[in-house]
Order: sequence, then C-alpha cells, then structure tokens
Amino acid sequence: MIELRALTKRYGSFTAVDAISLDVPRGQLFGFLGPNGAGKTTTLRMIAGILRPTSGTVRIKGIDIDVDPTAAKSVLGYIPDRPFIYDKLTGAEFLRFVAGLYGQDGALVERRMDELLALFDLTEWRDELVESYSHGMRQKLIISSALIHRPEVIVVDEPLVGLDPKAARILKDLFREYTRRGHTILMSTHTLAVAESVCDRIAIIHGGRIRAAGTMEEMYASVEAGAKGLEELFLRLTGERAARDLVEVLDA
Amino acid sequence: MPDGTPESAPEILPGVAASSSDRRHSGDEAAIAAADGTPRVAAGGRAPSLAHILAPKVQSAIVRATGPGALSYRSRWALVLTIGVLFWALVLLVLVRVLRVFREAPEIGTLLAGKVLGLVCISFFMILLLSNVITSLSTFFLARDLDLLVSAPVDWLTLYLGKLTESAAHSSWMVALMAVPIFGAYGWVYEGGATFALVAIAAFLPFVIIPAVVGGAVTNVLVNVFPARRTRDILSVVTVLAAAGLVLLFRLLRPEKLARPEGLRSLVDFIALLRTPTSPFLPSDWVQRATMSSLFGQPDALSLYLLWSTAAAAIVVGALIHRSLYATGFTKAQESSQRWVRGRALQHAVSLVLHPIGVVRRELVLKELRVFFRDTTQWSQLILLAVLVVVYVFNVRFLPLSGAGVSFLLTNAIPFLNLGLAGFVLASIAARFIFPAVSMEGRTLWLLKSSPIAMRSLLWSKYWTGTLPLLVLALAIVGVTDALLHVSAFIFVVSVFTITLITLAVAGMALGLGTVFPQYETENAAQIPTSFGGLVFMMLSVGLVTTVVILEARPVYMYLRSAAFGGPTEVGEMALGFGLATLLCVAATLVPLYVARQRLELAEL
Repeated sequence: MIELRALTKRYGSFTAVDAISLDVPRGQLFGFLGPNGAGKTTTLRMIAGILRPTSGTVRIKGIDIDVDPTAAKSVLGYIPDRPFIYDKLTGAEFLRFVAGLYGQDGALVERRMDELLALFDLTEWRDELVESYSHGMRQKLIISSALIHRPEVIVVDEPLVGLDPKAARILKDLFREYTRRGHTILMSTHTLAVAESVCDRIAIIHGGRIRAAGTMEEMYASVEAGAKGLEELFLRLTGERAARDLVEVLDA
Repeated sequence: MPDGTPESAPEILPGVAASSSDRRHSGDEAAIAAADGTPRVAAGGRAPSLAHILAPKVQSAIVRATGPGALSYRSRWALVLTIGVLFWALVLLVLVRVLRVFREAPEIGTLLAGKVLGLVCISFFMILLLSNVITSLSTFFLARDLDLLVSAPVDWLTLYLGKLTESAAHSSWMVALMAVPIFGAYGWVYEGGATFALVAIAAFLPFVIIPAVVGGAVTNVLVNVFPARRTRDILSVVTVLAAAGLVLLFRLLRPEKLARPEGLRSLVDFIALLRTPTSPFLPSDWVQRATMSSLFGQPDALSLYLLWSTAAAAIVVGALIHRSLYATGFTKAQESSQRWVRGRALQHAVSLVLHPIGVVRRELVLKELRVFFRDTTQWSQLILLAVLVVVYVFNVRFLPLSGAGVSFLLTNAIPFLNLGLAGFVLASIAARFIFPAVSMEGRTLWLLKSSPIAMRSLLWSKYWTGTLPLLVLALAIVGVTDALLHVSAFIFVVSVFTITLITLAVAGMALGLGTVFPQYETENAAQIPTSFGGLVFMMLSVGLVTTVVILEARPVYMYLRSAAFGGPTEVGEMALGFGLATLLCVAATLVPLYVARQRLELAEL
C-alpha cells in the first residue's frame, strides 16, 4: 500500500534520509522507530507530499505521489507531530473544512464528525474556537481530522504525544481496528512499548538509513544474540550508550 | 527541516512546560516565584544579565537580516539602503526648502520652525505611545520566549528591563529613522553643527524611553483587568479608532485654510499663537525646546534635565508596577479571549451562496472569511480603511474644479489622473490584506500540502476573497468621485475599465509576491507588508499604476482635445494605448499568480 524506493532527502550537504526502500502492505500497522534526528519525520513528510524527495519514489496504493499527487493524497490521512491548526475556527468547522479539502460534505460528514468528537471527548468543545483548546485536545482534533474522510492509508507522526492515558488507549484500539478492516497505518513513535504491543511490523531507522525491518521475531533473530526486549534491540541498532552517557552527564 | 533538528527551547529545561495547556501551571508558579522580589539564582550560578536576556533577540535579528531568502542578503540590503537613502534625501530636501523659507521670514520664521518641530515631536510621541502599548502586550505577555524566561531564575528587574528594551526597540525604530532627516534638516539650515547633533541624540533617547515605560505600565494594568488576548482585541480597535479619528479630525478641519494668513486677525495674534507651547508638560515639548535652543546658541539644560529625570523616574515607577502586577497579569494572559462564535445564520447564508463553486473552493473561501472576521487585529483595519475612503472622497469633493475659468479639459483630465492616486491607495490596501494571505497560512500549510487540493484552488480562493472586496471598493471610489466631478461618459467608462484592470493586477501581484516572499513565522499580519517582499510589491505596484496611466494618457488627451476643440480622433492610437495598458495589466495579474503556484507546489515546510 505504501512503497518507498531509494527515497532520499538532502539538505545541502546533510543527508536526512538516505536511499530508503520500504513496503507497507495493506492491512498492516507498521511502526517506524528511530532516535531523534534519525529521519523519521522527514520520511513521513515526504510520504504525505509536504516535502519533495531529492531522489527516489513514493507510491501510495500504486500511485506515484510525484506523478499524480492529488490522486495519491486523496487516499491518505496525515497526522503531524505538532498540532498547528487554525485558531480562529471551531473544532466542528475545522473538521468540516478538512472533509471539504477531500471533496466531502453533507450528512455523512456530520455523522462521522459527531462520532469522532464523541470518541475523543470533544463533543462539548465542538463549537468553541481551537485557540481555547489545550495541546492534547488539538492533537485529538487533528487525529479526528485525519479520519474524517475515511482514508485508506494513515501516516502518523508521534501520535501519542500530548494525549492523556484514556485517549492514548482509544487511539491504539482505533488503529488496531482500522487495520483489521483492511486499512494501512504507518506510525512513527518513540514509545517502544506501544510499538511492541500494536505494530505488525517495525523498521528501525538511524542516520537516515533503515537498520532493520520485519516482525518482532524477525528483528530479534536478525540482531546478535542476547537482545532482550525491543528497548535493548533499539539501543544496539542505534548505537546508543544511554546508561553510560547519563552517568557522565550527571557527574559533569 | 530535517527530522530531529533542535527541539524548542522550553523542552530542554526540566520543569518548564512546552504546551499551552501545561504552561498555565508551570508558568504561574514560576511567575509568582520570580515576581516576589527575591532573585532566584541557581545554586552556584550567577543571575543572567540583561545582555544575556537580549542576546537571542539580537542574534535572531542578525540571522533574519543575513539569512537565506528569495534574494541574497547583499541584494536585499542594497535595495533597502537605496530606498532608505532616497526616502531620507526626499524628506531632508523638502524640509530644508521649507525651513529656508521660514528662515527668510523675519520675526515669525524661527517661531514657525519651532512650532513645526513641536508638532512633529508631539506626533512622534503619540505614535510611540500607541505603538508601545500594543507592542508591550506581545513582548510582556504573549511572546513565545516568556515560558522559558519566567520559569528560569531570571531576576524580575532583569526581565522587566529586557522586555522594556525589546518593546522600545520594536516600537521606536521607525520613528527614530524618520527623526534623522528631520533633525538633520534643522541642523543643516540653522547650522547647528556637532553640538546640535549631540543635543538631539541626548534629547531623543529619553524621549523614546518614556512612552515605552508608559506603554508597558498601561498594558500591565489592562491585562490585570482583561485577559491578554481580549486586551489585544480591545487595543486593536481603540488604536484603529484613535488613528481614524485623528485622520478624520485633521482632514475635516481643512488645515489648508489655516495656512492663509488672511484668516488671522492680526500678526500679533499669530505670533502669540506661535509662542504658546503646544503642550508644556509633555516630553515632546521638552525635546523641541532642547533642540531649538541649542540651534540658537542658548542651550536649555532644564529641558534635557526634565527629559532624563522623567525617563529615570518612569523606569523606577514602571518597574514597581511590573513587580506588583506582572505575576497576576501573566497568569491572566494564559486565558483565551473568545471561546464561542456568533453569526451562525449569516455563516449558513454565505455557505449557501457559495454552494455553486464546489466543496473544496467553498470550504477554502469560508475558512478565509472566518479567520479574517474573527481576528480583531485584522477586521479592525477595515475601520481605518473606511475613514481613508471618506477622506479620499472628501478631498475630491473640495477640489476646485467648478466655476469660471475651469475648462472641460481640466474637469475631465483631473479625474483621469485621479485614477493613479486611486491605484496607489488600492496597492496599499492590497499590501495590507492580500499580500500576507499565503504567509498567514504559515504553520498550517502542512494540512493544505498533505491534502489532495491543487495549489491553484488555494490561490484561487485567496485571490477572489481578497480581490472582490477590493474591486467593489475601487469601483465605489471611482464611481463616487466621477459622479462628484460630473465627468463625461467617455472618462467614466475609461476610469471604470482602468480601475478594474488595475485592481485585478494589483491583487495578482500582491498574492504572487506574497507567496514568493513568504513570512511564515510572523504571527502578526500587520508586520508582513513592511517586509522586504512588501517593499518590492509596493515598488512594482507604483510602477504598474504609473505605466498604465502614462499609456492611457495620450488617447485620453486626444479624445478630450477633440471633444473640446473639435477635430478627428485617432482610433489606432487609442487602441494602441488602451491595448497596451490592458495587456500589461493582464500580464501583471497572471504572471505573478503563475509563479506563485509554482512556488507553492515546490514549497517545503
């Protein structure tokens, strides 16, 4: 459903994403893991059509986003990591606006909107301006907006940041159910426990390159013996020295 | 930006919340702790100095000035400097000429020069006061760096002085730049020399400090009464109403009548009026007295003393007000201005009217209208606009174009040339309302870029939501002024046709250049037209309007001459003039929009 081929993004001499190739099949929840600055957000923004790749291709449902961006984007929902939205619209107006961008309006949109707002406990805030929303409420509204047009593919960057435990749980359940119905989700996250519990497959990216990809079992098998749990696997693959660094920092 | 670029500063420090929701808690506690008068200094560390607090602002300004843009920073600076120097030279030369005339006049010449300077200073003072009140609201209560500063161990006095300096710098730079050629002209004509320059600088510094302190104090009190964002709304409307009132009052008084000496009963009355200080208790009067006395070799130390002692006392009182009110005010500043929206019936009606244009464009247009009319800082500008239109029509109403000796030629030629003036007014309005349109999308552009809309649709909605009101305004101005001046049918048709072309072109250029020179990080739309791109737009607009008027001038002149004195009309030459003007306007509409579409499609955020 999502195909990346030799996807590369350079900023001057700095290579943020280095010839990534990846396939996310239909009906899968794919976890995209990596340390800060690894290239996750850049990759997701290229898939969403916000950034143009330096080279390589992105295909959504077989459509090259560079060749036919409108068709590719029409099946996609994107949830960014930072909830910047129009402060002067109400929650309901924002959802109608996003549905309108996908050419949808009318009773069906109104019904979906009511359902999504109720799901995220935003019903009583629906007619209030977004500028009065907290960070978490904005995040919930953006998640709702990515679902309002029922996309076949969702690309989501750090979805759990700013969410309360209840909303986080709802979102995880929603994603599971969404993929069970044949839709596809590519999700970047720092929360390894979440990746471990909900993702069908994961990829670990570091320095702009994919270091490992596969199911959890395949990942353990591919890395040298002895890695116990995703956290240790992640640290080995990304070359982090968390414990030693911490001691050095605190002693400095 | 690549993933993992440095995180926002507040997230780096432990205990400092980054989100607006969390900000309420940590911000309040920190504000109270910092405002209790006890400096909170980290164990074993030093309290940050004022220079340290201001350093990021200075560094950001340097990066903005030298950073990448549509043109290299050398070209940008070369252009800005050229225009700046030309502007300075113009002001300097005009004022020097006026002051030389004054100098020739015995008795009243010097008094007149002093009076003019007094009026300039009091205007500066009022501008500085208004500007500082508005700016202080942002710098003291709404700025993004406040979470970091208030929660860090920054001494309350350092925070106050840092923010005061920032407000003063933001509010005063334009006035300071304007003051240079004005004082320069006085020094030149009255041969003030280096002493005058030093006195002018010594007088001007406290002159900008005092309104900065007053602005900060007024804002501090207001924010304690109203939430900060509501205060901003109120201040926007009050400022615009004050400016509009001043413009109207000045124009309706018809100052040109006062310039006629026969209007005054006697010379003694006139001199007595000139000798009366404009406002003896205002710093503007002290600046005028200090500088004028220095020009005539009798330095007025009292005025300088008054300026500096008042500035010092103001800082002390301002600091005390800050110390006692800031913590509560900062807490209130976190409250939102408005939660509910009104006018649902009207919105529904507009939605129905827009139904035929399709879902995507309808939603884009509705969004534009909602965002504009719910932002007080935006719609309040319409009040000023309405006043400017009234003043414009008023000026035309009093043009001496009737009565004996005024020919048919003049009655029709003036309204045609008036088109140029109307074009410049429209360009200024487009700079304020259409030029910032794409920049205002700023951080929300991710949504539009990731959705399946063509950038053409986005530009279409922005173009027509900006252009239609502008066109209505343009046609109203031209229609009313033409009716007032009783122009011929030919001139009426030409002016309506030309102003329509100019409006479409100016709007296209405003939107196009606003996209080519975006200011995505600027939150205040009012600052966007004063950017480099805004300057380029205004220059090109002036060039376009002038060229159109020149191209049409000959055919119009030929028609009027033939109508007044008889004789043939050259159809070919008329077609050429109007044809070229039309072509130019069509190109000026379409080319910038085409370039803007390309830029938006390639834009990376």
